[in-house]
Amino acid sequence: MLEGARERRVRTGGIELCVAELGDPGRPTVVLVHGYPDSKEVWSEVASRLADRFHVVLYDVRGHGRSSAPRPLRGGFTLEKLTDDFLAVADAVSPGRPVHLVGHDWGSVQSWEFVTVERTKGRVASFTSMSGPSLDHFGHWINKRLTRPTPRRIGQLLGQGAKSWYVYLLHTPVLPELAWRGPLGKRWPGILRRLEKVPGGDYPTSSLPSDAAHGAWLYRDNVRSRLRRPRPDAHAHTPVQLITPLGDAFLSEQLYDDLESWAPLLTRRTIPAKHWVPRTRPDQLASWITEFVNSVESERKSEAGTPATAPQSKATGPYAERFGGQLVLVTGAGSGIGRATAFAFAEAGARVIAVDRDAESASRTAELSRALGAADAWAETVDVSDEQAMEKLAAKILAERGVVDVLVNNAGIGMSGSFLETTPEDWRKVLDVNLWGVIHGCRLFGRQMADRGQGGHIVNTASAAAFQPSKSLPAYSASKAAVLMLSECLRAELAGRDIGVTAVCPGLVNTNITSTATFVGVDAEEEKRRQKRSARMYGLRNYPPEKVASAILRAVVRNEAVVPVTPEAKASHALSRFAPGVLRRLARVEPRL
Amino acid sequence: MTTAGTRELASELRGFQRVQRLAYECAQEVAARLEPGVTEREAARMQREWLRARGVRDWFHLPFAWFGDRTAFVGFRVPLQFFPTDRRLEPGMPFILDMAPVFEGFTADIGYSGALGGHPLQELLMDDLEAHRELILREVRERRSLREIYQDVDRLMVRQGYANRHRAYPLGVIAHKVDRVRERRRSPRLFGFGTQALKGLASDALHGHREGWSPLWSPYRFSDHPPRPGLWAVEPHLGFRGTGAKFEEVLVVTDSRDPSESAFWLDDDLPHVRRWARRKAEEK
Repeated sequence: MLEGARERRVRTGGIELCVAELGDPGRPTVVLVHGYPDSKEVWSEVASRLADRFHVVLYDVRGHGRSSAPRPLRGGFTLEKLTDDFLAVADAVSPGRPVHLVGHDWGSVQSWEFVTVERTKGRVASFTSMSGPSLDHFGHWINKRLTRPTPRRIGQLLGQGAKSWYVYLLHTPVLPELAWRGPLGKRWPGILRRLEKVPGGDYPTSSLPSDAAHGAWLYRDNVRSRLRRPRPDAHAHTPVQLITPLGDAFLSEQLYDDLESWAPLLTRRTIPAKHWVPRTRPDQLASWITEFVNSVESERKSEAGTPATAPQSKATGPYAERFGGQLVLVTGAGSGIGRATAFAFAEAGARVIAVDRDAESASRTAELSRALGAADAWAETVDVSDEQAMEKLAAKILAERGVVDVLVNNAGIGMSGSFLETTPEDWRKVLDVNLWGVIHGCRLFGRQMADRGQGGHIVNTASAAAFQPSKSLPAYSASKAAVLMLSECLRAELAGRDIGVTAVCPGLVNTNITSTATFVGVDAEEEKRRQKRSARMYGLRNYPPEKVASAILRAVVRNEAVVPVTPEAKASHALSRFAPGVLRRLARVEPRL
Repeated sequence: MTTAGTRELASELRGFQRVQRLAYECAQEVAARLEPGVTEREAARMQREWLRARGVRDWFHLPFAWFGDRTAFVGFRVPLQFFPTDRRLEPGMPFILDMAPVFEGFTADIGYSGALGGHPLQELLMDDLEAHRELILREVRERRSLREIYQDVDRLMVRQGYANRHRAYPLGVIAHKVDRVRERRRSPRLFGFGTQALKGLASDALHGHREGWSPLWSPYRFSDHPPRPGLWAVEPHLGFRGTGAKFEEVLVVTDSRDPSESAFWLDDDLPHVRRWARRKAEEK
């Protein structure tokens, strides 16, 4: 039972559907359709997050939860009958106004039918699909690969064929029912927790064994007939948002390769998660559904009567699918790599928080981020080495903007000069920023990510100096080596919570780190001269920070552990593993500054 | 200075002003005629034909046109990439028109940035170019070395969050000298550059080499000298992730001791200057 829900029963085609409603019926209606083996309670987390913005409607699909099952079961679960059910629910909860559909798993499979058949035209305003392809599109997808087989296409067929093992099992008579009503039904919650990392609690509900037993007919009634004879006209008549979980054990990403030809108004999203995203990533789903529904609604209002266009967000680029709308915090975002990273996330449509100790440059980064297409951008003036200030920042951001999805601990300072000349004060200065800044970031924002339990990613900017020793950079290299090892340890610790940790080791990059670096053991004039010389050297190397920024985004997408960026950083990373003696020799060379 | 000398200078400057205005007029007219589907080559031809019809026979360089991310010289490695391509203009695309006509023996070299329809980023870049125009004039009047001024412009760009895109020009120049050009019946061109103008530049370079200055304003050591009297076509070029914007116009440097006489922009009635004034008026 969903908290605060109003329930009603809708009669249709000889059965009764249990329909729950939340939120103000005057708002746009969002209908959430559950999958197999589930009941509407799979949506409880998402529904409660959407309830203050929309009129949220959930119903138990026939034969599931507290809806009654058709008699006989065989032939009672065809997509045509499921469409009747949907129309009955839509007419009951939102007469005269189209609804926004959201489907997961089999809920998505049937919703594809709802948005591609003629008789639902005008009843659906938009559709958000996750982990459930249209059986018709699937049929065409298979046919295309069978009629024109190439090695890649055969590989795709075999891959999806292997992922569909349970579909074959569900087609055997009686056995699935016996298993679900027997041992499998009992063990299922534990299996979900262990393999799919679905948090426990009030899900799955006690109706699971009968849901799963009845639901087997969803497959038996539809899969073979639709895959054999897919409809040639299964074109979506509404805007579609496709959310693809990248770690889905049952569906491969390639299934959606040709989707644009079936759904011309398509917005793609990807999420690093397993199959049960409504349970594991409710925050992200709620924010994407909200954004999508709002954009479709405003489109409908502004151009009533004209044909629908794709509700495109401004952001484009290769990473927009993944980072669109995500909350990204970058420290040291006032210049160099931090600023370029903020811009790269902004281009992908993320919400960017630019943190720097220099207020002016932080707000400049935020301003330009907004101009680049960031969903929003804010500047915060904080010195990362200041423990209290960082704690305040973390609390403020949690309260005002929510939990950070991607944290980039990038702020750092340079320090050069012999160890014997480096004073304890110098050491404190470099460790406070380069190491403690990272520790505070990971500690505070990592804690928030872990508490939320919906994944996230932390990027720490280490350096090629973390594995390349040098007589001229003892303090800097030590601080960066610490960051590298901290990242590796944290990666191991947070892996179980779906939080990735990446250490980025850029190398010589053309930023202003050289002109603000401290050179110990020399007077002010000599320090100025050396800053100038090293700035010129970095300028001649001229490796742009933008390339480091794209390496960071790529590393987050691929969840890479250690990322050397420039060719020389890559070379010394390789040498540090295979020929550390060479690096030790190089460490003795005195750079001419 | 004698009155005759000033008068001569003034009439010279009027000649340069005339051709610079003509070039900006051309840029504005061609920009207004740009529409989706026009290619860079077509835009360059439009400029060429417009100026030829008004009596331009020789060029410092032939007109250029850059569309989309080519305004920021994305992926430019060899100078041949500067030449106009078959890229088509699309709605919301930034563009730059750059031309250097010679008219009645006077040379202009101008750059005009715009976008087809609105482009907030391009507008931001244009707004931020104003600080560069002020910085360059101020530091030239202070007689700072050209190389230092170059580096200060660089620093300002970094602070603004942009990349220096004039670095992509040959030798990374932010400016070069322009001069009078002798009118010949025939003026062959070398890689799009008029041979007469090139000859002038080469002879300047030779003199400069002997005297320790250069007609090219670069980040390198050969530009480590105070501003040399003459006319400089200054072209700061900002780039920001696939969007670029520049202006180019002539800065007059004299050997006067009076700071305001020692350097000044040839003409303050240009599209980008008017745009900034308009912005300021709107803000008030």
